[in-house]
Amino acid sequence: MKITELFDRGEFVVSAEVGPPKGINIDHVIEEAKTYLSGITAVNVTDNQSSVMRLGSLATCKALLDAGLNPIFQLTCRDRNRIALQSDLLSAAMFGIENILCLTGDHTKLGDHPGAKPVFDLDSVSLIHTVKLLESGVDLGGNALVGDPPKFAKGAVVSPCSDSVDAQLAKMERKVLAGVDYFQTQAVFEPEKFIAFMEKAKQFGKPVQLGIIIPKGAAMARYMNNNVAGVHVPDDMLAELAADKERAKAGITGVEIAARVIKACRPYCQGVHIMALGWEKHVPALLEQAGI
Amino acid sequence: MLITELKSKEVLESLLTGKVFIINCHGCKEVSFPEKEAEEFEKELLAAGKVTGILTTDYICNPENLQVRLERRRAMIDEADAVLVLSCGVGVQTVAEYLTPKPVFAGCDTVRLPGFQGVTPQEFDCGQCGECYLNYTGGICPITACSKSLVNGQCGGSKNGKCEVDPNMECGWERIYRRLEATGRLDMLKCPTQVRNFATDAEVTK
Ligand code: SF4
Ligand code: SF4
Repeated sequence: MKITELFDRGEFVVSAEVGPPKGINIDHVIEEAKTYLSGITAVNVTDNQSSVMRLGSLATCKALLDAGLNPIFQLTCRDRNRIALQSDLLSAAMFGIENILCLTGDHTKLGDHPGAKPVFDLDSVSLIHTVKLLESGVDLGGNALVGDPPKFAKGAVVSPCSDSVDAQLAKMERKVLAGVDYFQTQAVFEPEKFIAFMEKAKQFGKPVQLGIIIPKGAAMARYMNNNVAGVHVPDDMLAELAADKERAKAGITGVEIAARVIKACRPYCQGVHIMALGWEKHVPALLEQAGI
Repeated sequence: MLITELKSKEVLESLLTGKVFIINCHGCKEVSFPEKEAEEFEKELLAAGKVTGILTTDYICNPENLQVRLERRRAMIDEADAVLVLSCGVGVQTVAEYLTPKPVFAGCDTVRLPGFQGVTPQEFDCGQCGECYLNYTGGICPITACSKSLVNGQCGGSKNGKCEVDPNMECGWERIYRRLEATGRLDMLKCPTQVRNFATDAEVTK
């Protein structure tokens, strides 16, 4: 099902993310998704996240679909040129995958194959533009498709707490002009910044899902502050995570923090997107505490 | 060797809505410059009374030389709404940085020819992409100033204004945003989606 149908109905849309393994056994990924995520609207599948080579996003999406879940196919422009990207989009549509998320992708130098050639033939904006063309029955080369064109709910990302928030808003607008249907954000820990961002972003009239990470501890939070673009865990949350190590390790503190952020931001957005990073088991408790 | 080709008349005319100061760089042997086409185009602009002055010179990629020559013509530059530079991408970037906040436009596309490559010794770099984007980016080259050579805006990887690939390098798109802001050209960010054309070999474009 296209998640845009739910936005249109005014529902608060919940999605969560799963990362394919570095190998070919995915039974446990599917099982976890079925156990903890089957109650939510859609499951994002990351595409060689952080430029680390893994099982493919498209194949994992198909496996989730067969298991009765509703996948969102993430695709980045890092590893494929415009021919391969369009071909994978047609493959996804043939499998019955209806949701996509278009990203530029991290640079190859950040991953586990730093010597790989970075492609970036297209970027997130020109990829959305390309999907729109495919949907109209023509490819980026101007050639007609044969038979039914694909149709997708087309998503993209934006980083509301970035220190370059003006440049991020400008990019967001370009994605809107290119034809995007919805947005998911980078992880938010500062509701004030998110709310200020949404004040400016609401003019674009596109649904935005608040990005959430359940912090696993003070060390992880500090790591994100130093290394992850657009993510900042404020000092009081750091102190909260550091205060009781056992509680933090058990996920209790992290779930509390994440639930607070969701509650504070909920009136300003149209859904939430949870990047569980292996903590899928805490997603049901988080949604309950957040009152969703 | 580099080849610079004049952009199409429609593109040039869409850029030049007001009065313009023109800089032609006929400097180095390594760059082939479309002298005849440029002269014709400039004649038309002159006849239409749109030109506040023309500077035909060499090596505008040398900031010290450039500064002296531009300062001598300050009044003409101030009178113009924009400056049009007919040179390779390095020359345009040098002028754009020096004249900020004055809008500076590239009149040429820079294409690579296999073989000996032009000398670009300055802090600016041109990747000879064949379709100069400097008019959309405030005179900062997105091909060389952004690690991913993105042409439609900033990726999500910039942190503290630095690039995700190299914390010592300023994010090119953060610089572009600030430049467009300073020159009052933020509307440029709403330009149509750009799709790069990698078929720029001389054999394909000729
Ligand atoms: S955009 Fe950059 S690489 Fe392309 S011609 Fe202009 S200066 Fe050169
Ligand atoms: S951080 Fe800035 S310079 Fe680096 S790849 Fe992204 S947009 Fe380009």
